Order: sequence, then structure tokens, then C-alpha cells
Amino acid sequence: MKSNILSVDNLHVSFKTQAGRVTAVRGVTFGLKKGETLAIVGESGSGKSVTARSIMRLLPKNNTEVTKGDIVYEDRSLLNVSIKDMQEIRGAEISMVFQDPMTSLNPTMKVGKQIMEGLQKHQKLSKAQARERALEMLQLVGIPSAEARLEDYPHNFSGGMRQRVVIAMALVCNPKVLIADEPTTALDVTIQAQILDLMKDLQKKMDTAIILITHDLGVVANMADRVAVMYAGKIVEQGTLDEIFYNPQHPYTLGLLKSMPKLNDDRTVPLLPIPGSPPDLATIGEGCAFAARCPHTMKVCHSFTPEDTVVDGEHTVACWLQDTRTPKEYLPKELETSQSR
Amino acid sequence: MKRYLVQRIGFMLVTLFVIVTITFFLMQLLPGTPFTNPEKLTNQQLLVLNAKYGLDQPLGIQYIRYLGNLVQGDLGYSFQNVGRSVSSIIGERIGPSAFLGLQALIFGSIIGLILGIVSALKHNTLFDYGSVTLAVLGMSIPSFVFAALLQYYVGVKLEWLPVALWEGYSSTILPSFALSVIVIATVARFIRSEMLEVIGQDYVITARAKGITEQQVIVKHVIRNALIPVVTMLGPLAVAIMTGTLVIEKIFAVPGLGEQFTLSIIVLDYSVIMGIAIFYSALFIIVIFLVDILYGFLDPRISYKGEAG
Repeated sequence: MKSNILSVDNLHVSFKTQAGRVTAVRGVTFGLKKGETLAIVGESGSGKSVTARSIMRLLPKNNTEVTKGDIVYEDRSLLNVSIKDMQEIRGAEISMVFQDPMTSLNPTMKVGKQIMEGLQKHQKLSKAQARERALEMLQLVGIPSAEARLEDYPHNFSGGMRQRVVIAMALVCNPKVLIADEPTTALDVTIQAQILDLMKDLQKKMDTAIILITHDLGVVANMADRVAVMYAGKIVEQGTLDEIFYNPQHPYTLGLLKSMPKLNDDRTVPLLPIPGSPPDLATIGEGCAFAARCPHTMKVCHSFTPEDTVVDGEHTVACWLQDTRTPKEYLPKELETSQSR
Repeated sequence: MKRYLVQRIGFMLVTLFVIVTITFFLMQLLPGTPFTNPEKLTNQQLLVLNAKYGLDQPLGIQYIRYLGNLVQGDLGYSFQNVGRSVSSIIGERIGPSAFLGLQALIFGSIIGLILGIVSALKHNTLFDYGSVTLAVLGMSIPSFVFAALLQYYVGVKLEWLPVALWEGYSSTILPSFALSVIVIATVARFIRSEMLEVIGQDYVITARAKGITEQQVIVKHVIRNALIPVVTMLGPLAVAIMTGTLVIEKIFAVPGLGEQFTLSIIVLDYSVIMGIAIFYSALFIIVIFLVDILYGFLDPRISYKGEAG
């Protein structure tokens, strides 16, 4: 088994808001191995992006605080390195692709220059060398007549092309980890597929590990090696792609899978939604955050927070139903191990 | 671009024409005559004078004549300063005004930019609150109040700088400063809010994610993008300074165009009023035009070819 290049351990992040302190990430633990793709799935507000940004230390300083936990990259705690060292890591070791390519490029700077910035900083390249490298990168991400495009501004590009530029910018220094925060959400479906293919392709060429943040299970199925399902600031279940898709152990994971339309289903079969809405993180207390919406709630769920239970190997789930202390007969049929779809 | 320029210049001429027309007829509503002590003149004398300046003609004819001369670049002769053409008066008076105005604009912009940028970077700190308060005061208190305060404290009490008149560089400092208060306040407020908006943009986070230093992020990505809209403020600021000079030059007894303008209005020197009004309007129209052109150069998203950007 390969060792982790990046690991997040029991991370807690909270925000100061007018309604008081809100803890958006409440104990997230996961590891990322070299060259693999880990998908973090969850609905809006589940803390996916906050987790990603805390790895890069890009959360606003004035109202955000990592209250507990650690983030370790290659034996170094990223929470303790100096700003200067963090700047050396950003872009060179760990880089990030953001959701909306329409807003994530500087509108008044030429695309080539934006790509070159990181190179000049991290690899100490001269202008001409950086330009050469930026050109190669643009060609690599499949931008036609890249030479001329270096001199264009972001508004001269379409959405899909811009996201290619953003990816080129993120990968130009050969980072070991790429954090992609909903990289295809703002794009058309056909363009989505192209961008995902491009990312897979580049990952193979450059051996980059990817943390893919998304709420699109289709994207997950297409890209991920392993999946972590987040709900209300916690990871409720994680495992390999097959384990999560074919052997879900958490009622929430199962709910997510059931609410996804299937291509071969009859059109008249209605989608099964998860009733209710996510809890308010400002007022959340002890107990399982999903208890109020869970079809299999037990008494214990409301008063005690479930701990991670190992299902098999690295497949873990945080649910009282799966806890070793819970009698087996409580486990509903649909959540029994090795149940296939 | 060529088509755009031709179109713009056409519109500028139309604007100027409208201004000339309105000013010409509005001016006729002013009570009195352009002649000093008209009650002491006999009817005979008045008739001769009116005939000499063409004031005996119906208003319509006077207007057509004026336009005709204007097209040939002739602004006419002053009623008060016998034998002096309006253009020569403007030419003689423009120097001090232009000097004061430019000095106020440059000084005010620099101080305003520094104040605004620092407050945005120190958002929600004491410095920020302080400079915002100062900016609000600067915008709401009229410049003549500052002028009087400066004259009293710096000129009379401390005797550091001359109270008034136009004698050497030292006498330009107080009026320039009084004029620049509004510039400082406007620029500081504007750049501050632009900076805060840009700092929240996604591309600033992207820039940080590249690992470049915070200083590079601020200078290359934030300030540059925040500065572009500030250029649009140059038009309104030019107006603020022009109207400012009317009062400030009077207060500091500066022999500038503004002082001449107020004087001409008081004594009803028709041709000089018209001349200066046209000059101010033309200047303002040109400033706005230049700002628009400049904006196109600064912001790559703006194109004058008429195609979508």
C-alpha cells in the first residue's frame, strides 16, 4: 500500500458570523495517496470547499479559524508552516482549480502572463523560459493555436477553454496534489466530459494526486479511485469507488445513490429524494447530524455522535447501525454488506 | 475605432451646440444691461452703444450672428474691457487656473489613492474608519469653508504661506490644497470600495493559490483592476475642480479664469460669459471623451469596434 502524500486529521474549521460561531468542518479525516483521485462528495454547505481551502490555507483570515486537527503534507504540518513557506507550496506542490472559470481568471492580464507568474516564482525561470513552458502547457491542455492565445485576455476564451487555461495554470509547475473544487459545475455537459477526460489524461502523464470536490455522482463514477461522502461538516462514509457505489453502508450514501437518475430506468419511475434539509451548522449539537432525515433512526442517534466503524479494509462508515455494539438485527436489509445494485 | 471616433466627435459638437444655445438665451434673462451705470446714460447714448454691440437687433438675429462668428472661431469682444477680444482674455487668464487645477488634481489623486488603498488593505481597522470619516467630511464640506480655514490658520495665524494673491509658487499651495480636498475624498472613497470589491473576486484567490507573494497579488491583481474604474472619476473630478475654481480663485484673489467668470457675470459682460461658458463646456466634453478612449486602452474587455467583447 502506498503511503499518504497528504493527510487531513480530525480537521475542525469554524467561522465567526453574526449568528455566532459556526463550525463548518467538524472533524474531517482522510488521506490522499500519490497519483490517486479522491472524490469528496456532499451537498452544498457540507464543508467540502472549506476543507479544500483550509488545505491551501486560503480561507479568509479575519473570520476563519482551524480550531482542531492537522493537515500533513509530506511530513510537514501545513497549519504550522510560515506564510512564506506556504507560498512556496501553493502552486508548486499543491495547486487548485476553482469552480467558475468565468471569474477565476484576472480579466485584465494576458492569459500567458497569468500562467507564467507561478513558473517565474517557483522555478525561477526567465521570462523567455517561462513563456516557452506556458506555451507547452497550453498545447498540452488542448488549446488550438496556443502561441497566439498566450497574448489573449480571458474574455477572448469560451468557458470550456478558460477552464483548460485554469487547469494549465494549476499544473504548470508539476504539483503533486491538485485540488479541483467543482471544476465542471459551471460548464455544459459536453464540455464537462472533455474537461474530465483532460484531467484524467494529465493525471496519468504527470502522476498528480487529485482531490476532486463535487456533488455530481456521475463525475465521481467517472473519475474517482476513492470516495469520501461528507454531510454537515463530517465524512460519514469513505471507501473505494466500488465500495461506495455497490456497497454503501451509510443511509445517507444510499439515499444519494437512490436519488440519482439511472439511464436504463423507465421514465415513469420517480426519483427517490432524501426528505428534509441539512441541519443548521450554527445550532448543531451532539448526535448524528443525519438522524432527523434518516429512515432508520434509533434513539442513540439523537444523543451520541457515531464513531467511524471499519467495514472492510479502508472502507469506514460513521453510523450507529454499523457500530459493533448495535445488534445485527437492527441493520436494515438494504444496508447489508455485499448487497449489489 | 475610426467610426466610433467620428460618431463621438459628432455627438460632442451637438452637445456643445445645445450648451451654446441654452446659455445664450438664459443669459438674456439676467436683469440689467452690460453697461456700467446705465441710469446715467442718455437714451441717445444707449441707442448708440446698443447699435455698436448689435444689441438693438432682435434676439434671434443676435443668436444667429453669434453662432456664425463662433463657427469661424470668433468669440467676439468684451463689453467691459474695451478693445479686448474674449479669446485673448481667456488666454491670459487660463494660466493660473490650469496650474491650480492640475496641481490640485495630481496632488489630490496621489493622496486619495494612497489613503483609499491603505484603508482597503486595513479594512475595518481604526485607520480605515478614520479615513472614511475624513472622506465623508471632505465630500460634504464645501471647498470655500476649507479655503477660509486654511487662510485663517495657515496664512494669518501661523504665517507659513501667503493668505492670498498670485505671487510665486508659495501662493499656489493653499488654493490648490483647498481645491484638492474634494479630489482626495472622492478618489479615496472610490478606490477603497473598488479595492474591497476586487479583493473578494475569485481571481484574487486564484492568484494566491499560485503561490505568488501577497505583495504581488495586491499590486498585480488587485490594485491594477481597482484602478481602471477610477479613471472614470476623472470627468466628474474635472467638473468639481472647474466649479471649485470659481469660488476658490475669488477667495484667494487669484487672477484666473474662474475669477474672471464670476466677475463677468456680475457686470453682465455677455460675450465674456458666453466665451468662458463655451470654453468650460468644451474642456469638460473633451475630458470625458479622453477618459472614454483611455478606458478602452486600460481595460482589454472594452472594444470600440462595435463588436461584442
